[in-house]
Amino acid sequence: MELTELAECVTSLSCLVTQSAAGLTIGMLLFLVASGLTLIFGVLGLVNFAHGSFYMMGAYFALAAYGVTESFAVAVLAGIVGAALLGLVFERFLLSRIYGQDVLMQLLVCYGIILILDDAVKIIWGADFRSMGVPDSLRHPPFIIAGGVVPYFYAILFAITAVIAAVLAFGMGRTRFGRIVRAAAINPGMVGALGINTTLVYASVFAIGAGLAGAAGALSAPIRSVVAGAGVSILIESFIVTVIGGMGSIGGALAASLILGFTRSFGSIGFPLFVEGAMFIIMALVLILRPSGLGGRRGS
Amino acid sequence: MSELLVEGLDAAYGASQVLFGVSLSVERGETLALMGRNGAGKSTTFKAIAGILPPRAGRVMVRGVDVAGQKPYRIARAGIAFVPEDRQVFPEHTVEENLEIGERAGLGGREWNRARAFEIFPMLAPLRNRMAGRLSGGEQQMLTIARSLMGNPSVLLLDEPSEGLAPLIVREIGHLILRLRQLGTTIILAEQNSRFCLGVATSVAVIDRGAIAWRGSVEEFRADPAVQATYLQV
Repeated sequence: MELTELAECVTSLSCLVTQSAAGLTIGMLLFLVASGLTLIFGVLGLVNFAHGSFYMMGAYFALAAYGVTESFAVAVLAGIVGAALLGLVFERFLLSRIYGQDVLMQLLVCYGIILILDDAVKIIWGADFRSMGVPDSLRHPPFIIAGGVVPYFYAILFAITAVIAAVLAFGMGRTRFGRIVRAAAINPGMVGALGINTTLVYASVFAIGAGLAGAAGALSAPIRSVVAGAGVSILIESFIVTVIGGMGSIGGALAASLILGFTRSFGSIGFPLFVEGAMFIIMALVLILRPSGLGGRRGS
Repeated sequence: MSELLVEGLDAAYGASQVLFGVSLSVERGETLALMGRNGAGKSTTFKAIAGILPPRAGRVMVRGVDVAGQKPYRIARAGIAFVPEDRQVFPEHTVEENLEIGERAGLGGREWNRARAFEIFPMLAPLRNRMAGRLSGGEQQMLTIARSLMGNPSVLLLDEPSEGLAPLIVREIGHLILRLRQLGTTIILAEQNSRFCLGVATSVAVIDRGAIAWRGSVEEFRADPAVQATYLQV
């Protein structure tokens, strides 16, 4: 371990700025995926083990759209819309049939979806690692803040993810649709008795969740390798986020995502071989000290 | 045309049949008391009409349109508002948000909206920003009734609105139902509390062992102690 280097970093403002910027960006990308996972669980009661696949599909859709248009904006939109529509198809034809069933059945169906999408990706785009690379239009010198280096593209990513998170928070907290979604999470029968089509609400929530995962995949495409099976590691981290943040809690997911983002960025200096282990230790600590998670209700 | 016409309604929980050809109708502005012993089929009748327990047979005509067996949200949109007996407010939404969820876009000539709800249910107005889960039982009952009216229903199905409430609150609910009656709202009220029921209803139907056993006006019911003795007294 290089804990002395970590100690040096946290006492140096420039290193703090650099690592914090990286931690924020990584954390916010993780939040997009995890918020979709927690939203789907909170409203539909479905543990969506296939969530990482929508992240992967978002990356591939973005890659394909970027190849045609060379526009990062179009690529991100393609990732979001493509993953959302794909999510809608799977929700309507497969997942809506297993709502309320036990987790083992959900696991089996979701595992099927993972296999289908991984193989579809290999057939369409091949099995090789691919990368979009940072688009030329977004290659600019980094920002230097208090001596710390903040890559220009990281700043862009942070801005986009923050806007998406704000739209999500506004949509869930301040709109009638959000209020209906939250009510349907607690009492779908009563929501239906008030004349609201809960099937439509469920489908929309799933599409939004898949779209959020797709957004993260598309935004990550320039900085991470795009490959079949790429959804697995982000899925595991997203589950850690939902455990730390509390299943179904969007605010808790944000806090937990940022904790993991910082663990990753500072851990890469202090304990580079133990970053994943540290995440699980944090999860274990939360489970011991506050089993319902940071944002979860006690007893839930 | 009746606001609601129910004919030959059969309903069952699994293998045990509870309703055996229930038939009843309400006219516009009528307040019908659906009375009967515990387990006679009052709540099941409501659930079958509202589509929460899809009926095995029969017709449910809302202003001439058969909605039997449709999904609850479609039946609600057709004009049936069901207020369940256990007052299912959304506890983590404010009073105003509960009402908002009941509102539906695209209804022509909205009779009910939030402003009107606070006017007719003045006790809710000062509580509009309070979480519904923190209201008293009586306030929650008022809120569920008000919320159901937000969809501008043709018929309001009130299941045991006096259940578990203090006598003073029950009187307030009674005043409210009378007020709604004056406003021309069509109501079916399922109750075991016959004093409360007869004070607010215009007509009575008695249900016994899953079928309608008696039907008449409140005056006829009062004048017929045999009916009360046969079907209601334990």
